[in-house]
Amino acid sequence: MTAPDDTAARYRRPVPVLWWTGRRPYLLFMIREFSSVFVAWSVVYLLLLVRAVAAGPAAYRGFMELSASWWMLALNVAALALTLFHTITWFVVTPKAVAVRVLGVRLPAFMVAGPLYTAWIAVSAFVVWLLVR
Amino acid sequence: MAREGRAGPRRRPVEPFLWLLFSGGGMAAAVLVPVLVLLFGVVFPLAGGPPYDHLRAVAAHPLTRVALLGLAVLAFFHWAHRFRFAVEHGLGLGRLDRLIAPLCYGAALAGSAAAAHVLFLTL
Amino acid sequence: MSAEPAMRAAETAGESIVLRVSRYLPGRDAEPVPRDYEVPLREEWSVLDGLNHVKDVLDGSLAYRWSCRMGICGSCGMTVNGEPRLTCGTFLSEFAPGPVVVEPLRGFAVIRDLVVDIEPFLGKLASVTPWLVRNGAEPPPDAEFAQTPEQLGAYKQFSMCINCMLCYSACPVYALDEDFLGPAAIALAQRYNLDSRDMGAAARFDVLAAAGGVWDCTYVGECSAACPKGVDPAGAIQQYKLTAAMETVRRFLLPKGAR
Ligand code: SF4
Ligand code: FES
Repeated sequence: MTAPDDTAARYRRPVPVLWWTGRRPYLLFMIREFSSVFVAWSVVYLLLLVRAVAAGPAAYRGFMELSASWWMLALNVAALALTLFHTITWFVVTPKAVAVRVLGVRLPAFMVAGPLYTAWIAVSAFVVWLLVR
Repeated sequence: MAREGRAGPRRRPVEPFLWLLFSGGGMAAAVLVPVLVLLFGVVFPLAGGPPYDHLRAVAAHPLTRVALLGLAVLAFFHWAHRFRFAVEHGLGLGRLDRLIAPLCYGAALAGSAAAAHVLFLTL
Repeated sequence: MSAEPAMRAAETAGESIVLRVSRYLPGRDAEPVPRDYEVPLREEWSVLDGLNHVKDVLDGSLAYRWSCRMGICGSCGMTVNGEPRLTCGTFLSEFAPGPVVVEPLRGFAVIRDLVVDIEPFLGKLASVTPWLVRNGAEPPPDAEFAQTPEQLGAYKQFSMCINCMLCYSACPVYALDEDFLGPAAIALAQRYNLDSRDMGAAARFDVLAAAGGVWDCTYVGECSAACPKGVDPAGAIQQYKLTAAMETVRRFLLPKGAR
């Protein structure tokens, strides 16, 4: 028996097309990426609202009725869940992705994440105040 | 080892700028979007929204328009970037980057133009 | 006395565990075939000890790499029950009652049994200029080049890499595109980029920001989860993305001569 050709006979394990379904961290990663669809949807929804507001009180009423329909509510509850997932994952990942150095020493993760959560709460509170005062 | 060219997406010098838009969008969306969806998507439809005149005054304020346009542009490019890679990696379509990437970023561009139209020409 | 009397009893009873080892001989097998070996289940035995038992006692034809048995040489990385692990630091008892599925590291071409082709990986490491570049400003050979603890701290984490390739094995982007430079090579580039003695960042930029470089990464983050040395290659890549983006903007804004 001759020695097998070392370079020709390597085995390459094929990657399944849906590789991310087989392992939890990969699946969570894909959900994180997919949350961007709901980020975009939320902005589209807001722009539709602005367009209705621009068109007058009747159009605004019409939009509010549409937004109270069960399927629109379901869509927006899903959007809320996934945009929250986006925010949390974004804030978990940012302190690792950005090395903030003060006087040559890298700040610990909580000192980067802390201001992010603070800004999130402050901006959210401001938006609520702006709209429902 | 013989290879039939790169399987993955080819890079253009524009990549860093797309990434900056993606990152800005991720940050803007993280801070702004959940509260807006909570209010306009869930709370107001169920409990009644703000009076029309107040909402119109808030929306038509120049700062609101600029902020919403900024959010829209960044959020759309954030989506485009993630969606592009989700499709290319998640469905094994990296070979089609030259088709998928222009479609994604083109859609973001169109969305940005539509946002500018709504915020500055109709309102 | 052992805190685990049950374990103790099991051992004296000669309990064993099945190692389901992926076997592949080019020319004979079209693809790897799993083969079961029964090895003693001892509390202090790692998966590597199990493989050594197979090789010494049951089947001398088994091929795999190992050396230090203490998580330093980085040569014993394999896929254990689906996860990339150092087999010398992974204990059989973790998988009792078994079987323990041992496969070659994913993402790499298999040469034989559990041995994968590391040449592409070595090429990637070499491509990032992994040494101190001094651009003609070499200090005399007998000179010391002192660094403050802060200067050392800037890159120390990235210097802990043992080239075990577990991070590549965990990376779906690398699995899909073998031209991707990958986690350890980019972390290695950062190990030198962030060293106060180094002047090679501009040369490395051309590799890191090119096709197959950092812009291919989607921050799955699993490379850092797999790393046995806490290198956090995913963090290194994202940090470099910001650096590279700023550098690109700078080059874009500044006229050619002013760089
Ligand atoms: S970065 Fe970590 S996982 Fe990757 S080769 Fe180095 S030690 Fe191994
Ligand atoms: S044998 Fe050296 S790291 Fe496992």
